[in-house]
Amino acid sequence: MTTEQILSVIRDELARLAPEIDFDSADRNRPIQQEFDIDSMDFLNFITALHARLGVNVPEADYTKVATIAGAQTYLLPRTPN
Amino acid sequence: MPSLGADMEAATLIEWLAKPGDKVKRGDVIAVVETQKGAIEIEVFEDGVLEAHVVAPGAVLPVGAVMARFRGAGEAAAAMPAAAPPPAPTPTAPKPPPPTEAPPPRRAPPAAGPRASPAARRLAEEVGVDLASIAGSGPGGAITREDVAARAQVSAGKKPAGFDFTAMRRAIAAAMGRSKREIPHYYLSHTIDIGAAQDWLAAANAQRPPAERLLMGALIIKAVAKAAREFPEFNGFHVEDEFRPSEAIHVGVAIAIRGGGLAAPAIHDTADLALADLMTRMRDLVARVRAGRFRSSEIADPTITVTSLGDRGVDAVWGVIYPPQVAIVGFGRIVVRPWVVDGQVTARPTVCMTLAADHRVSDGHRGALFLERTGQLLANPGEL
Repeated sequence: MTTEQILSVIRDELARLAPEIDFDSADRNRPIQQEFDIDSMDFLNFITALHARLGVNVPEADYTKVATIAGAQTYLLPRTPN
Repeated sequence: MPSLGADMEAATLIEWLAKPGDKVKRGDVIAVVETQKGAIEIEVFEDGVLEAHVVAPGAVLPVGAVMARFRGAGEAAAAMPAAAPPPAPTPTAPKPPPPTEAPPPRRAPPAAGPRASPAARRLAEEVGVDLASIAGSGPGGAITREDVAARAQVSAGKKPAGFDFTAMRRAIAAAMGRSKREIPHYYLSHTIDIGAAQDWLAAANAQRPPAERLLMGALIIKAVAKAAREFPEFNGFHVEDEFRPSEAIHVGVAIAIRGGGLAAPAIHDTADLALADLMTRMRDLVARVRAGRFRSSEIADPTITVTSLGDRGVDAVWGVIYPPQVAIVGFGRIVVRPWVVDGQVTARPTVCMTLAADHRVSDGHRGALFLERTGQLLANPGEL
């Protein structure tokens, strides 16, 4: 999967959780929970969606690595099928 | 029209989901109404047959108004033209009675053509609304211009399942204003070491795929529910100058809604749910509340409320009791603090729990024991 495809999945799922926030103007290096004003339930739904759509099971211990959009892209890229 | 909370006076029927002649079971969703809290699914209170719709979608109905004629299982199919069986306002006992100031049920429009003001007739013609589809709110059930306007708005598809934030703000203002006027709150706080619960959660979630993971919120709600079973004076309703404890424990969960406002619908029989089931219910409830759709029994009958603002980064939250409930338990964020364990200062994850309770019903001494018990339950998460 390409970086663009992964970004598109992240964009879709965050739009579902926080429809009023403009993804393109969001800071990709700030924590998603703050940037998109989402709580732990929303964040778990985000992780669940990544698992369902990309097949990547992010363990809780790695939540800090996917806490930002940039971090999530870097983390997910090598773990998705080509 | 059942009472869906102390602050509710009326609601608009959006759609019928059961037709005349349908057999329905207790808990089936038969209609959707729009209230200040958003769209709510109305559940039927007993098994039976829906005989007839009395009002049509678009009707604005006060609490207590007859919506449909219903025949309970075992009742004869006798024609009952005027006297519809009164629907119970809530499904479980003991139940909060409808507010004493509730307006009396209004009569449905007479069969021989609805009564309507001239202005109402003109507007109905202009916007193409059938007067027969409207339950009038004027004197003697007459249809007013406002009734027609309300119906027209609904017909025009004015986002029936969304939120009206102005109305929600008013609903919160009414309930919280009443709480602060009528309920003599007392407040307690208790900070506990939450490390055992965090460790237990991390171990449990390590084995689970994301869809089955648990959140601290589930442990918290379960602990409060179990403690409430041992301290019944925090679980129930204060109505008509007396406290009516509730046998059932339905913990209301305060859920923030994007854009403003909140709702605190119940998770039924919380103390009896396994953590995994409780978590599933929470996920489902949060999703539905944020989509603006929940069920009548969820909104009407929480027996105690939990509010957790930990995710928002504050150390403690001092709740305002949702009348006619008598207690609200608050949880702040998890903070690593210097903590003394076995005579040594060490860094531990801690959480500040608070209790706001109704002093007409309980005293600080019992409140302290209740809060302490909740903390003990969280210290032994394997037994939750």
